[in-house]
Amino acid sequence: MHGRPRKPQKPEEAEASAVEAAKLQNLQSQLLANHHQKNYAKEALEVSANLLEMNPDLYTAWNYRKLAVEHYLKESSSDIVSIEAILNEELRVAESALRQNVKSYGAWYHRKYILSKGHSSTDHELRLLGKFQKLDARNFHAWNYRRFVAGLMNIPEDKELKYTTDMIDTNFSNYSAWHNRSALLAKLLNQKAEGYFPMEKVLNEEYELVHQAIFTDPDDQSGWFYHLWLLDQTVKANPPYLVSSWPPHSFNVALSRTRCLDNHTPSPFCSFYSDSGTIPLILYFDQPVQGVDSSSVIVKSTANLRDLIWKPLSKCNRDTSKAWISHLTFPQEELNSEFYSVEVSIGHSQKIASATGFHHVKPTQISFKVAVNFKETPSEDFGNERIRWKDENFTSCGISPHNFPFGSDNSTSEGDYAPSTSEWCVETINNEIALFRELLSETDCKIGKLTLARLLMAHAATSPHANEMIQLEEVLDLYQDLMKFDPSHFHFYKDEHSLVLLQKVTSTRESLLRHCYSYKEQTSPYIDSTACLRLNNLSISRIGCVEKILWVQLLDLSHNELGSIDGLESMQLLSCLSLSNNKIGSFTALEPLRLLKSLKVLDISYNEIGSHSIDTTRYLFSSPLSHSEEIDLSSDEMATNCTDLASYWEAYFLFKDISLMQLDIEGNTISSESFKAFLVKILPKLHWLDGKQVQ
Amino acid sequence: MGELATEKHVQYILSVEKKKDDFQSVVMEHLRMNGAYWGLTALDILGKLDTVDADEVVSWVMSCQHESGGFSGNVGHDPHILYTLSAVQVLALFDKLDVLDVDKVTNYVVGLQNEDGSFSGDIWGEVDSRFSYIAILCLSLLHQLDKINVEKAVNFVVSCKNMDGGFGCTPGGESHSGQIFCCVGALALTGSLHHVDKDLLGWWLCERQVKSGGLNGRPEKLPDVCYSWWVLSSLIMIDRVHWISKEKLIKFILDCQDTENGGISDRPDDAVDVYHTYFGIAGLSLLEYPSLKPIDPAYALPVDVVNRIRLGKRHAI
Ligand SMILES: [Zn+2]
Repeated sequence: MHGRPRKPQKPEEAEASAVEAAKLQNLQSQLLANHHQKNYAKEALEVSANLLEMNPDLYTAWNYRKLAVEHYLKESSSDIVSIEAILNEELRVAESALRQNVKSYGAWYHRKYILSKGHSSTDHELRLLGKFQKLDARNFHAWNYRRFVAGLMNIPEDKELKYTTDMIDTNFSNYSAWHNRSALLAKLLNQKAEGYFPMEKVLNEEYELVHQAIFTDPDDQSGWFYHLWLLDQTVKANPPYLVSSWPPHSFNVALSRTRCLDNHTPSPFCSFYSDSGTIPLILYFDQPVQGVDSSSVIVKSTANLRDLIWKPLSKCNRDTSKAWISHLTFPQEELNSEFYSVEVSIGHSQKIASATGFHHVKPTQISFKVAVNFKETPSEDFGNERIRWKDENFTSCGISPHNFPFGSDNSTSEGDYAPSTSEWCVETINNEIALFRELLSETDCKIGKLTLARLLMAHAATSPHANEMIQLEEVLDLYQDLMKFDPSHFHFYKDEHSLVLLQKVTSTRESLLRHCYSYKEQTSPYIDSTACLRLNNLSISRIGCVEKILWVQLLDLSHNELGSIDGLESMQLLSCLSLSNNKIGSFTALEPLRLLKSLKVLDISYNEIGSHSIDTTRYLFSSPLSHSEEIDLSSDEMATNCTDLASYWEAYFLFKDISLMQLDIEGNTISSESFKAFLVKILPKLHWLDGKQVQ
Repeated sequence: MGELATEKHVQYILSVEKKKDDFQSVVMEHLRMNGAYWGLTALDILGKLDTVDADEVVSWVMSCQHESGGFSGNVGHDPHILYTLSAVQVLALFDKLDVLDVDKVTNYVVGLQNEDGSFSGDIWGEVDSRFSYIAILCLSLLHQLDKINVEKAVNFVVSCKNMDGGFGCTPGGESHSGQIFCCVGALALTGSLHHVDKDLLGWWLCERQVKSGGLNGRPEKLPDVCYSWWVLSSLIMIDRVHWISKEKLIKFILDCQDTENGGISDRPDDAVDVYHTYFGIAGLSLLEYPSLKPIDPAYALPVDVVNRIRLGKRHAI
């Protein structure tokens, strides 16, 4: 099926092929007859051997031979010589089949099956493998078989690692060897085996080896992924730390149960409305962690808070997450306008740990105050105002940098919200940066540019420093360059570029403030904070750095190139969001919204929902397709709407958990009158749809 | 750029079904059930499934079922999970799943799960993450996924993950696009895609696109039309398909057509076969090529078939 030239057969070829076909057909019929009659006579076995030499993929013939082996082994249960003869014959048949087709699954498995009976020389197997691996050093069947034999013989991992070194020394361009090396090395490092500790020393040597591969031929991919893996090992060798929180340290939060706030609001960024007198408490770590609970996070308060329940902020992963949320519920019966202080401390226990097993060890404390305003009963009158995302509704004045919840300059002790990177890690990254700059000065190659960009980002993440801005500019240039250099992967670089751009925007108080506006309609019923972050018209295709903007309640992402909003699920305070004029291709791409319980206003007008026949987020969305959600036909509204449900199931699953009051959907292919009627049915609280009041 | 020679491909697929005597057909006789799935799914994507006699196909499929509940690749051969899935998929195409004794097929598949969560291909015990995908998909189509230990099945698949974000056939096995498709598919069907490092795997997968526009299966290998399916569907399931050039890939697939006699080959000017014909057409469907039925990247069946089974009113209750 592979690599046969397309050409009409010459008559003599056709004839020869017909003869072969008839011969094969004949052998196959005989085989099946023998198989069904359980005929394991010598001649019958010979038929199967001849057949497998012609057609090594014929699985039924291998099964037949296994049955024959079992049959004969039973007969000669104690006679070692005849047992060996039986098994050796099988190894011979499998070997000649492999010579015919070295990629035959059936032949390789037959060999394994026989070997598991324990009667063959494993040395012989290694010699045979040597031959096959010389013929094709990338044959993954042979590599798999090698791992199997090594396991059977208890060959120590470092000996097999030496074999990969030899293979790599023979030819750098052997991805299979690099792969096996990573698997073996990971085990050895994990065991802290002799000679493989400390990790730093081992990794330094590995960098040297992979440099040789990359610098010899930068276009050969064999070393690319290994280098990235090493970088990942280098960075991950640091303990997780808290990058941000909401409320941020030393902040005053105004919590009100009524829609109208008093004049004494401490800051437009930190007033918050909640029907139930509850505020979210969010902890955001630099890497996914587990073990966040009421024993690893101690919360003390002058208010009488109940025991906290912590949940990871990601839809499907129940164990580890960068962001964790809990809710603080303030007692309702107490007097209004009282300040409660809250102190959150982590790091006293070893319980919070990264996926790689590093523990959060640095004692970290966040304290903030909450002013609770309970004096009026919640008003049911939500008025007739709707949020308008037009430029004229926003003003840049009125936002003072005072009391701005910008993470890194609000820490109590030095080092809060800051990494504790090892010296070795910083030094290694610096060395790599220097080396790849050198490579680029010699040759213009994409892996050089891409790796340098990644290294600079790793550098920025592990050692925040004064010239971060300059480095981010350099990374942006590198990705710009790559988009031109390697246009086939344009959007890969574009996505990376977007993440860096967002990092730049959010990296300083000044740059972030340039995107902060005040919504002019102060009395709008939907919002309590009038501060809006406008990241519109930035040409971003991906979202990042949400940890820097956890405080945002109004977010304008319109006029970008977003096809995905992954990450937005951490922005738990969001109540108004505009994604208008982006490239959202389906409702399933909006999955993160399902976790935003405060969301009231959503603008997804002028996107591409309904325009694509292939949905690229179909399986990143919880639904019956992935067994992560059931259709509940018992609920009233659904019983009457089954036809609608079949056509609009994505919208149903997306919106059923969000109580939207305002939705803009026009400018999408899906937005027909019948679809809008469906939306009105599944969104009982909807007041506004496409600018029109819902009856 | 050429166009898809739809009519020629339909004729080619129908002719393969009838051709039984040449050498290639004899060599592939034992996997005719796979062939039926490839050919019929390709026909359905082309909108021509009604050119075959459904009853004839269904009765042949059922004649390949064994006492154990499993299906063989052809009449007289042994049952295997590979052909059991193809049989179920073919029946699903024709909306004929109701001819099955669901418990019987389910028991066969359930019986192949091992203690560590992995699946064997048949009674002889070969383990491969491909079989995990196949088992999960098969039970999914039958609404019987709860009959296996899903958590263990997922853990085994995750244990096949590598440093490059890809997956191998057993723990420690090298990443390979076909294997990645199976593992990502298994995780997609069980709502477990959070185990995939999407950016890392996405980069590895998008680097499978070579200069000609075609996709290879592993680094430093030649491009091949069948990887249009394995790589593309994986990229789609993790929402990274925009990282490759769709236009270039469409051109590569169209260049592999035999415009005279129909069919698609692995590379331009090679001999065509039904396997690559299916993967070429399915790949074009994933690339949103005009007037093809959309195919589901995880179920490897047309989207309307999957929606009928998984979202339909009949089974939802
Ligand atoms: Zn191929």
